Formats: sequence, C-alpha cells, structure tokens
Amino acid sequence: MKKFLLTKKTMIFILAIFFFCCPLLLNRYWVDVLNNVGLYALLGLSLNIILGDAGLFHMGHAAFYAIGAYTAAILNTQFNIPILFLIPMGGVLAALFGAIVARPIIHLRGDYLLVVTIGLVEIVRIALINDVFGLTGGANGIFGIDRMIIGGVKIRKPHHFFYFIYLFMIFTVFIFSRLKQSRFGRALNYIREDETAAQGSGINTAHYKLLAFVLGAGWAGMTGVIYATKMTIISPESFSFWESVIVFMIVILGGSGSIAGVILGAFLIIGLPEIFRGFAEARMLVFGGAMMLLMIFRPQGIIESVPQLYQIRNR
Amino acid sequence: MEQFFLQLTNGLTVGSIYALIALGYTMVYGVLKLINFAHGDLFTTGAYLGFSVLASIALTDRLGPISGVIALAVIVMVMVGIVGIVLERAAYKPLRQSPRLSAVVSALGASIFIQNAIMLMYGATFFFYPQDILPKFTIGIFGIDIPIMRCIVFIVSIVLMAFLYLFIQRTTIGTAIRAAAIDQDAARLMGINVDRVISIVFFVGPALGGAAGLMVGMYYGHINFTMGWVYGLKAFTAAILGGIGNIPGAMLGGLILGVIESLGAAYISFAWKDALAFCVLILILIFRPTGILGERVAEKI
Repeated sequence: MKKFLLTKKTMIFILAIFFFCCPLLLNRYWVDVLNNVGLYALLGLSLNIILGDAGLFHMGHAAFYAIGAYTAAILNTQFNIPILFLIPMGGVLAALFGAIVARPIIHLRGDYLLVVTIGLVEIVRIALINDVFGLTGGANGIFGIDRMIIGGVKIRKPHHFFYFIYLFMIFTVFIFSRLKQSRFGRALNYIREDETAAQGSGINTAHYKLLAFVLGAGWAGMTGVIYATKMTIISPESFSFWESVIVFMIVILGGSGSIAGVILGAFLIIGLPEIFRGFAEARMLVFGGAMMLLMIFRPQGIIESVPQLYQIRNR
Repeated sequence: MEQFFLQLTNGLTVGSIYALIALGYTMVYGVLKLINFAHGDLFTTGAYLGFSVLASIALTDRLGPISGVIALAVIVMVMVGIVGIVLERAAYKPLRQSPRLSAVVSALGASIFIQNAIMLMYGATFFFYPQDILPKFTIGIFGIDIPIMRCIVFIVSIVLMAFLYLFIQRTTIGTAIRAAAIDQDAARLMGINVDRVISIVFFVGPALGGAAGLMVGMYYGHINFTMGWVYGLKAFTAAILGGIGNIPGAMLGGLILGVIESLGAAYISFAWKDALAFCVLILILIFRPTGILGERVAEKI
C-alpha cells in the first residue's frame, strides 16, 4: 500500500484549498482585508524582482502603481474601454514609464538610487495633484471607474475580487518562479551578489537591471489597474511615498528574494494593524515596535531566501 | 529685486534647518552606512520636548530671554541626544552584522514607533509655541526688512555647524569619528572604541536635529507629530545632494535645497515646489552620481 506522504507540496495544496474557501466563512470586511493583502502581495512580488532579485534599492514603487491605476481610470472614464483590456495596457504603459525613468538613473549606486526613486514617487504624486495635462482630476482624483465583466459576471463584490486577485497571484507566482530559474533570474542573482564579477563574466548589467525595472514596473502597473477597478475612485493620496515604504517593508520583512516570504510579509504588514485594532490608538506604536523586533530576531526576513542551486546540463 | 532677496533669506533660513538635520543623517551614514529613517522623528521629539520644557519651567522668565533660550536649547539637545543613544542601542546595534536593508526597515519601524509615541503622549492636534519668548522686531539689511527670528535661526545654525566642523576636525574624538568612518576594523586595531564613537555620533546627530526642531517650533510657531517625516525626507535629500557621508556636503546640500525651494516657489510655481527640489536632485545625480561634494569611490574588486 502506498504511504500517504505529507510533503511540502501537498501541504501547500491543502492550505491553498482551505484558503480559497475563506470567502465562504468570513464576512465582507475580512474578505476585503484579504483583498488588500493580495494587492500588496502583488506589489511586493513585483518590487521583489527589483529589490530582492536584482538588489537595487528602489523605494518608489507607488509611482508605477499610480501610472497603472491612472491609465485605467483615464482611459475607462474618457473612452469607455473595458477594464479587462486595460490590465495589460496599464502594465505596458507603466513598464514604458519605468524604462524611460530608470534608464538615466540605473547606474546610481545604493542609497543614491534610493533617494532618486523616493524623488520619483513624490514627483509623480505632485504631478497628479496638480492635474497634469488636465487629465488626472487634481487632488480629488477620478471617480466612476467601471467594474470588470468576466464571462458575464460583473466583478464587484469582495469575494469576486478575492478570487480574481488570488488567481492573478497564482499566475504571477508561477511566472516569477519560472523567471527565477531562467537566464534572466540567474543574471539578476549574480548582479545582486557581486556586480563587478557579473560584469566580468560578460553579463550586460545595465541591460538586466533595466529589464528588472521594466518588469517590476509593468507588474505594479497591472496591480494598479486592479486597484482602480476595485475602488472605483482613485486619488493621489493612495500613491504617496508612504505606500512605497509599505511595499518596501513587505519585501524586506518577508525575506527579500523569496516569493513565499514576500506573500507572508504582505499578510503581516497589512494584516497586523487589523489584528492590533484591539490596541485602539496604540496599534501603530505596537506595529512599529513589532517591526523592529522582527528585524532584530530575523534579520534576513521571515522566510530566508535560500541560495539557489542550478543544475548543470551536459550537452 | 527686493522680492528676490527676501526669498533668498527665507531660503537660506529653511536651508540651514535642513542642513542641521542633514548633518545627523550624514554622520550616522558616514560611520554605520545606515540611513537613519527615524532621524526626522528625533527632530519632532526636539520640537515637542522644547515645548514641554518651555511650558513647565518658565526658563525665559527666570533667566531673561537670551540666556533662557540658550538654556532651553542645551536642555533639549541633551535630551534628544540621549533619545538618540537609546534608539541606537535598541534598534540598530543588534543589526550591525545584518544586511543593510534590514537595518533600514528597523529604522522605519523606529520612526513609526516614535511618531506614534509622540501622538499618544501629546495628542494628534497642532501645538502652538508661545510667541513672546523673544522680542519681535525686524532689521533692515540692504533696504529689506528681515524678521529677527529668521536671522537668529540662520546664525545659530551656522554657529552650530561651525562648532561641529571644529569638533570633527580638531578634537581627538572627532579624529576617532573620521577614522571609524573610513574603516571600522582598522580603527578598532588602532585602539579606537568604535562602539563609543557610534554612541557619540548618535548623541551629536540627534542633538543637532533636536535643536533644529526647537528652532522650527519657535520660527513657525506650530508643531505637529507628523512634521518630522517631511523635514526628514527633505534633509535626507539634502544630505544626498551634497554627497552623503560628507559633513560640509550636508551643509551645502541643505542650503542649496532651501534656496531652490523658496526661489522655485516664488518664481516658478508654488504647487510644484517639492517636485522642483527632487528634479534638481535627480539632475545633479545624473551628472554627479555621488553628489556635489561626494568623492568618487572606486569599486573594490
């Protein structure tokens, strides 16, 4: 008789089935919290390519998120283009924006890159507030963004969004974990560990770093479109520097470079303040303290990213 | 032209405050290679402690305006300096051997912690400094009237910076700080107590930030528990602009940022003032990747 093996894979499978039943058991509020967790996890995963895999200090991810969300909002409210088509389009535009802004700054080292990306997110936010080109609606933002319609079902209730967001996340995790194994992923790893050696081995570091930026920006843009259709109202305050900091913390706290870590990080950073609601006004105080303690006791992040082993194929 | 000089003095004043805060970032960065994101909140702590001391013991009534304010500044600087040392012990010391970004996240956690601690203690509303601490009058320089407070803020900042510069360049402790910034291990081999150096840096930097907080409270008259975030970000930008780790760079960066901001707000667009400062930063970094005074560092192989 075959022994039932409780391997890592079956564990994850059982957990996933349990997780996908969640909306049936929880009320709307908690499903919505889980949706927020999912959106931030998606953002975290996209930042993870830049920050975790390539090791570029990037603290301005909300800028790309904003580009995606505003693309969707403007095109949907002005030209009535269905949101479903806008998801890839928002991604492409955000990726394009990422390519244009990252090109001149990609050679900056460490902290200089950090502050430039902070500047970037502030410039984007101020541009949105100042109603640039008369399209962004100023400080009030844009309202009346359509919901998606997939196969005749209008995605509007929290549990609809729950399934949409988490299915998109499974797709993302699949793509990104395949990318990690690819030539691209290996190059990024090498750049993070030792850029000079990577260059010496013939890796076009500027090219790969830029590619990481473009991919991360594109994915953040797509997440932005989902956010826009979920909220139906967007305003510049949703894309402040603080949002970038949250995503940054998710990646580092969860374990930079580790996909599972980033998802867990999103659960902690977005979920913990909800759980700490019992502390009322002191919840952010407790949250700040918890972050310090977590970093002190798990400096590599909660789930440490294990050095990847690559098989050498014989030709 | 009068407008121009008025904006210039305003910019220099704001810039000197940025410079004072930037010094804290740059000193910590020089020794620990850490961006102390909680530094802006230490600045807020200074503003609030100054308010409390002012409200509880009426220093200016007892000692007269000038010596009273000096005593107040010394008390605030020492108190914020002690908070800085405690912060380093609690949040950064355990992470000294860890990846750099872990310490950054710990700093962000500390920032949230301090900010909310201030909010819980004082409440979320604005606090107003008493406006009669120093006599109010304006002085005329080159035919323009400048409020006395503006001059005081500028002069005090410059004096503090000069003291710091002499302290770093001329004293034994200053030499130890410079040595630790160049190479911690070598400094340790030369008999320098690097832990003590780090403690001193975490005393001096926050003390300057606290003094800046006190001056902002007295200059603008109102303080809020979130103000450290904006000032901290600006000062950090200034430190990078001048070349982080470089003390004259932080002073220069702060002054330049302040002047750009106020001239930009007056002549280009008030709404785009913050964006303008960042645009200048990005442009400068594209052409000088390590800031204005930063040295080009050869990559180690």
